[in-house]
Amino acid sequence: MECSMTRRTMVAFAIFALTTAPAFAEIDLSGSWQSINHEDSLERGGGPYPDDWTGVPFNESGRAKALSFSQSIISMPERTCWFQTQWHIAAGPFSLRMWAVPDPITGKVQAWMVGAWETRAPMTIWMDGRPHPSKNAPHDQTGFTTGAWNGNELVATTTHLKTGYIRRNGAASSDQATITTHFRRHGDLLTLTLIMDDPVYLTEPYILTRSYNLSTNPVAIGGPPCIVGDEGVESGRVPHYLPGKNPFTAEMTKYYGIPSEAAMGGAETMYPEYREKIKAAFKRPEKCTINCG
Amino acid sequence: MRKVSSFLIAVLAMHATVFAQGRGRGGAPAPPQTAKAAAPIDLAGYWVSVVTEDWRYRMVMPTKGDYQGVPMTPEARKIADTWDPAKEEASGDLCKAYGAPAILRVPGRLHITWQDDQTLRVDTDAGKQTRIFHFGNWSAPGGGPHTIQGDSVAAWEGGGRGATDGALKVTTTNLKAGFLRKNGVPYSDNASLTEYYELITQPDGSPLLVVTISTTDSMYLRQPFVITSQFKKEASDAKWHPADCSASW
Repeated sequence: MECSMTRRTMVAFAIFALTTAPAFAEIDLSGSWQSINHEDSLERGGGPYPDDWTGVPFNESGRAKALSFSQSIISMPERTCWFQTQWHIAAGPFSLRMWAVPDPITGKVQAWMVGAWETRAPMTIWMDGRPHPSKNAPHDQTGFTTGAWNGNELVATTTHLKTGYIRRNGAASSDQATITTHFRRHGDLLTLTLIMDDPVYLTEPYILTRSYNLSTNPVAIGGPPCIVGDEGVESGRVPHYLPGKNPFTAEMTKYYGIPSEAAMGGAETMYPEYREKIKAAFKRPEKCTINCG
Repeated sequence: MRKVSSFLIAVLAMHATVFAQGRGRGGAPAPPQTAKAAAPIDLAGYWVSVVTEDWRYRMVMPTKGDYQGVPMTPEARKIADTWDPAKEEASGDLCKAYGAPAILRVPGRLHITWQDDQTLRVDTDAGKQTRIFHFGNWSAPGGGPHTIQGDSVAAWEGGGRGATDGALKVTTTNLKAGFLRKNGVPYSDNASLTEYYELITQPDGSPLLVVTISTTDSMYLRQPFVITSQFKKEASDAKWHPADCSASW
């Protein structure tokens, strides 16, 4: 009996040892990561111009939705937390705090958490192989995220998001959007590549990359929650602009000489050939007069 | 009991060996591999810029005095404030914004090839620039002239075991002074550059080249200037259109 038990133990151990990856297949991402806002500094800080959709691969629906956007819409209780989806990692200016949550029984990492300084709920990246819920399950701002290691790269996939934004000027994402986030660490430098796929508002994936420095200054694990309150918008009123009535569609031309057609975005604005298309229409202003850094 | 202990030790040793071999580490010394043979990722091919970030500094001429995001020193700001595109055009030195710290921000295409087993070459159609990445024990020749693309030493990091997480780290020195942005944001000839070239697998399976670029310059930058540029792979050279440097577009 004892012999049989020993044999079984040995076989089980051998199978476990030969089929599991050693710890060095992963990399430790835990810590406080200070956001380096050298790219898209204005867009992530003060916010983009109301008509700056350059480089956004809109389809017609996406553009129409953006043009109808009035900032007052976030005064509606239903839209107060509209900005707080996980895309805010890319579009906002905030630093990250990451930590691993172990399974209390096995000690294996059950989830990675990506905390927020503020205005975004922490992202839970489930690492235990659980499936995403049914497509009919409730959607919220946080969504549902699973992760997997590709060597030292953590790849996270987020679904079940509520409709949100991809730029803080009304460029929207739908509740069918998927965000894929790639975490790559090089010493004290962390690079995130975020890819938004949205069949409702985009013709191509929208890709942003962000960098962070490891910091000894602790980043808050979670910020204050987004709280819905009464901001005086009367019931039944939805702030918006009707087609052709958005009064802010000339800002990029006014301040930067960028033709309005370029400011309206679309996949072609992401590629080098587009420069030639707008070269004749571009008029470089003599000097920067606002938001000059 | 001794049998059990021996068995467990053997299994653990096999476990360590299997994974160490997969990563090319440990065990008996492996024969030296060339950089090309050791490449954990394949960067070769044609790549096109995907400009979703800093659009107005890249796709059109940035406005004079617009320095958003760049951690400039006061000295750098003074110099940038004197930028005059007409004078730049007249100087004949049109490639100041096409040096190594800035070239991957210029919208265009890259053609990456192996020049030989230890040397990776990156050509750009925008500005017709060439960067050379030297692997192995190569070191920059001392006392030579500083050049627009400088001297670059390269090394692979990570990868193996079927993962695609490998990266190419490139360190560049001996740079000639130039512009981080076309509107005269300067870097000095003391600047140096560390880059990480990585492949991301997109949800549709296609590769995305992501390059993290960190420029250090104690004269004109208060802290390293860190940006990332991304490129999609193209099947051929059909859209490869070499163009000269320009100081005004």
